[in-house]
Amino acid sequence: MIKTAVDAGAGSITGRKTGKKTLIGGRIPKLDAPEKVAGLTRYLEDIKLPRMLYGKILFADRPHARIVGIDTAAAKAMHGVRAVLTTADIELVPFGFGGDNTALKTGKVTCIRDEVAAVAADTPEIAAAAILVIKVIYEDLPAVTSPEEALADGAPVIHKKTPDNVPFRFDYLHGDIEQGIRESDVIVEDTYTLQRAAHCCLGRAGIIARFEADGRLTLHSLTQVPFSYKHDLSRIVGVPPEKIRVLQPPIGGAFGSKLDIHPFEPICIFLARATGRPVQIVFTREEEFLATPTRQPMVIHLKSGARKDGTFTFRDVRMTLDNGGRTSWGATTPWISMRTFSSLYRVPHVRQHVDVVYTNNIYACAFRGYGNPQATFALESQIDQLADRLGMDPLEIRLKNAQEPGETTGQGMVLGTCGLAECLKTAARNAGWDVKHSPLRKTLVRDALVRDSNTLVRDSNLAPARVCGMGMASLFHVGGGAKIQRSDGCGTMLKIDDFGGVTVQTGASEIGQGSETVIAQIVAEELGLPVSNIRVLNSDSDFKPWDVGVHASRTTFIAGNSAQRAAREARGKLMEGAGRHLHRNPDELDLADGNVTDRATGEPLESIGKIVRSMHFGGKHEMIMTSHFYEPPSEMPDQDHKGNVSACYAFGTHVAEVEVDLDTGVVRVLGISAAHDVGRVINRMGIEGQIEGGIAQGIGYALYEEVKVQGGRVLNPTFTDYKLVTTREVPELKIEFIETHDPAGPHGAKGVAEAPLVPVAPAIANAIFNATGVRITELPMTPERVLAKLREARKTLVRETLVRETLVRDSNLAPGRGGDIHG
Amino acid sequence: MRQVSDTIDVAFTVNGETVHLSVSPDTSLVDALRDDLELTGTKQGCGEGECGACSVLLNGKVVNSCLVLAVECAGAEVLTIEGLGRMGKLHPLQDAFVQNGAVQCGFCTPGMVMAAYALLQENPSPSEADVRRALEGNLCRCTGYRKIIDAVMAAANGGPRHD
Repeated sequence: MIKTAVDAGAGSITGRKTGKKTLIGGRIPKLDAPEKVAGLTRYLEDIKLPRMLYGKILFADRPHARIVGIDTAAAKAMHGVRAVLTTADIELVPFGFGGDNTALKTGKVTCIRDEVAAVAADTPEIAAAAILVIKVIYEDLPAVTSPEEALADGAPVIHKKTPDNVPFRFDYLHGDIEQGIRESDVIVEDTYTLQRAAHCCLGRAGIIARFEADGRLTLHSLTQVPFSYKHDLSRIVGVPPEKIRVLQPPIGGAFGSKLDIHPFEPICIFLARATGRPVQIVFTREEEFLATPTRQPMVIHLKSGARKDGTFTFRDVRMTLDNGGRTSWGATTPWISMRTFSSLYRVPHVRQHVDVVYTNNIYACAFRGYGNPQATFALESQIDQLADRLGMDPLEIRLKNAQEPGETTGQGMVLGTCGLAECLKTAARNAGWDVKHSPLRKTLVRDALVRDSNTLVRDSNLAPARVCGMGMASLFHVGGGAKIQRSDGCGTMLKIDDFGGVTVQTGASEIGQGSETVIAQIVAEELGLPVSNIRVLNSDSDFKPWDVGVHASRTTFIAGNSAQRAAREARGKLMEGAGRHLHRNPDELDLADGNVTDRATGEPLESIGKIVRSMHFGGKHEMIMTSHFYEPPSEMPDQDHKGNVSACYAFGTHVAEVEVDLDTGVVRVLGISAAHDVGRVINRMGIEGQIEGGIAQGIGYALYEEVKVQGGRVLNPTFTDYKLVTTREVPELKIEFIETHDPAGPHGAKGVAEAPLVPVAPAIANAIFNATGVRITELPMTPERVLAKLREARKTLVRETLVRETLVRDSNLAPGRGGDIHG
Repeated sequence: MRQVSDTIDVAFTVNGETVHLSVSPDTSLVDALRDDLELTGTKQGCGEGECGACSVLLNGKVVNSCLVLAVECAGAEVLTIEGLGRMGKLHPLQDAFVQNGAVQCGFCTPGMVMAAYALLQENPSPSEADVRRALEGNLCRCTGYRKIIDAVMAAANGGPRHD
């Protein structure tokens, strides 16, 4: 492992091993940050085009109903209304992962957010008023508001083509579960319930659509996947993909929410077509909560086993996803949960069955982690339950089963580099695990609970008001892209201009995560230029080369590799030109600080700009323009979901320290120690930001966040009632990076973006268990839930104590009898 | 719905310049800033005073500009994110946000900077707890706040931190 020293201010550091100045691993401020802090960045809602209209959508507001009729006369008659659309006015092309969605809905609505009609008007106020006077006559149908109801005999059918309400099933197997059960000395079984959580991007969803005079369609879009977006939209709106231009303005957060085409996007295009004017739709915050999809609610039934020495034997998983009334890409989150169950730690026998079930609830989509936070909550909670049964330290049982580099998992994923054991040890060490994770504490709390259990209220003389505990959890995620389509690649086009400035056109999209800064850094490193000389262009599909999109934590790895290769080729051309201009062998030359230098002495010989000019104007009249399409060396999984889907894999461990208030059930996170195998740090400032932000989202997921849905309706569509973590809840953080230098990554780097959210909730649940002896299996772990479990534990303890006292009394009466009751 | 006949004339100061507007009585300050004055640096995240993205200073105090009516601002002094730096030069607090990595998507940033600016005007040497309290009304979904707190502490202590 290379230890690096920081060179203050410059952002560059000096590698101790090489002695060479490098940008890799430095703290580079984001290139777009100055604009953003100055308030000059133009987000979608800041863009106003001449004669632009404002679009507004009428949502069904009923979970399941037949549309009998729609009367738009009053809306059409309103002053300033330029178009009113219903399904009578547009061609309906099914879209979405399940092919069960359309821009506007005809026949019936299957959730409250179904789009029924839309308006374009001169002002947002007029559009909002017009929506209110559209009359829709519905005939309500019985609503199915949970997967249990949807799976019951005789349940109402939500989509005709799926009479059993189960549009997707997933099955996975490696090994032999029965053998795994036979090999087990302990077996634990439990059910884990995961909630709907909202992305809560601070920038609200929206789009601007405009048609050019020649029929071309220009979109200002927040999509994370501009090229498949063009392809899919083309079919829906009837414009050839080559005539669609996607402009990607800076985006106020995405986290997976912009991976699908959402109905408001084609609706806006239809409004632009109907009016011949640009149309903008921007959601209100309430619409954002109601009509943008959430994280998948899941119920996971997990049974797993271990030998006496802690060796894992098997995992048997049954999962049910509440798909909601329509299907997005989120229905494929079982693919990712599968990787965790099959491959987080070594386990010989794994079986998983998943039912994705239609309900009349709002639907879900991709969200940072993509099914992994749910799976990891179940698995890492259960690993602690196994450790508890075996009387093993949670760290010890995990280390016992942690993979080594070079292993291939049961699902066929090849772990070239693997820092899992190092992550476990590092996170534990930095957290003070040996001292703070005391199994004794749990016993003390239980004793205290017993003492005051008669009243079920704490006696402050006997039990502490607040107790502390520590828990850990790890994660496994793709780190080198995820080949779910035939290509998982990304293109780069690079130009060095005749002043030494570099323009990098990357297929990758910036969504605030800092990818353009990382790409600039990687290019600057190859070309011996300061980062400020690199301009990354990434926001116009007319000039940017193809890319899958920003998802699966893939951008640093895939787009970074692509940019590095394009830059290397440019470097080669530059050195050739320099050799000719300077009458030197190119092998004797190097690049540093914007100059061509003498490799042996480091002496600057000529500026890079001058060399490029000599190539333009000299005998060969050359330009330096290179391109590269990088395709990772991964493979599409086979029909059994097996195969090496990613070019490398990311690991990490979080240790959480919590304080639980025994009177109120309030859980406070005191600290999180995180260690992540990131391959190699590229931008230390950026990667810390990813980890810190992921942890905050993870704490929210664990303790506070839930979109509450009752009878198909959302009860809390505001930030007042949907609680995000604020500055007050962010605990002390200790973050350490484990640099395993993956040979496939750019400078050894792996992807990291989703990882830090994934293990937070189970680490906290395990810490609560360590503090109180109470196991919470449902998220979020609200005070009500914690308190209920504490009360239940007290009642159990009362009963056990009574039994114990009776037995002790009986055994005193009759020597030789009696027994020991285990709690 | 805005009707021309309903508008009220109002004058106030924004970033040191006097502005005269004709606004509807229900126009919020954030809409007046963004729509009438094209000062789009002030962001609207929720429109109900919960996210803090629209934070500006009104007579030196930080407010959610979505909860203030434009007509209430008659004669007042309003400071927005655009008024902090001058002609391509960032205010030291803005620079501290850049240098400390306190910006990701950047949507909450203007409001966050304004809330922090208000704090530092009142209390030039805040404790970390003071900073956390002052910014608790400003939501950020990207950064986890750690680097925002660091940036404000760095600015309070005389400039951006480089490490």
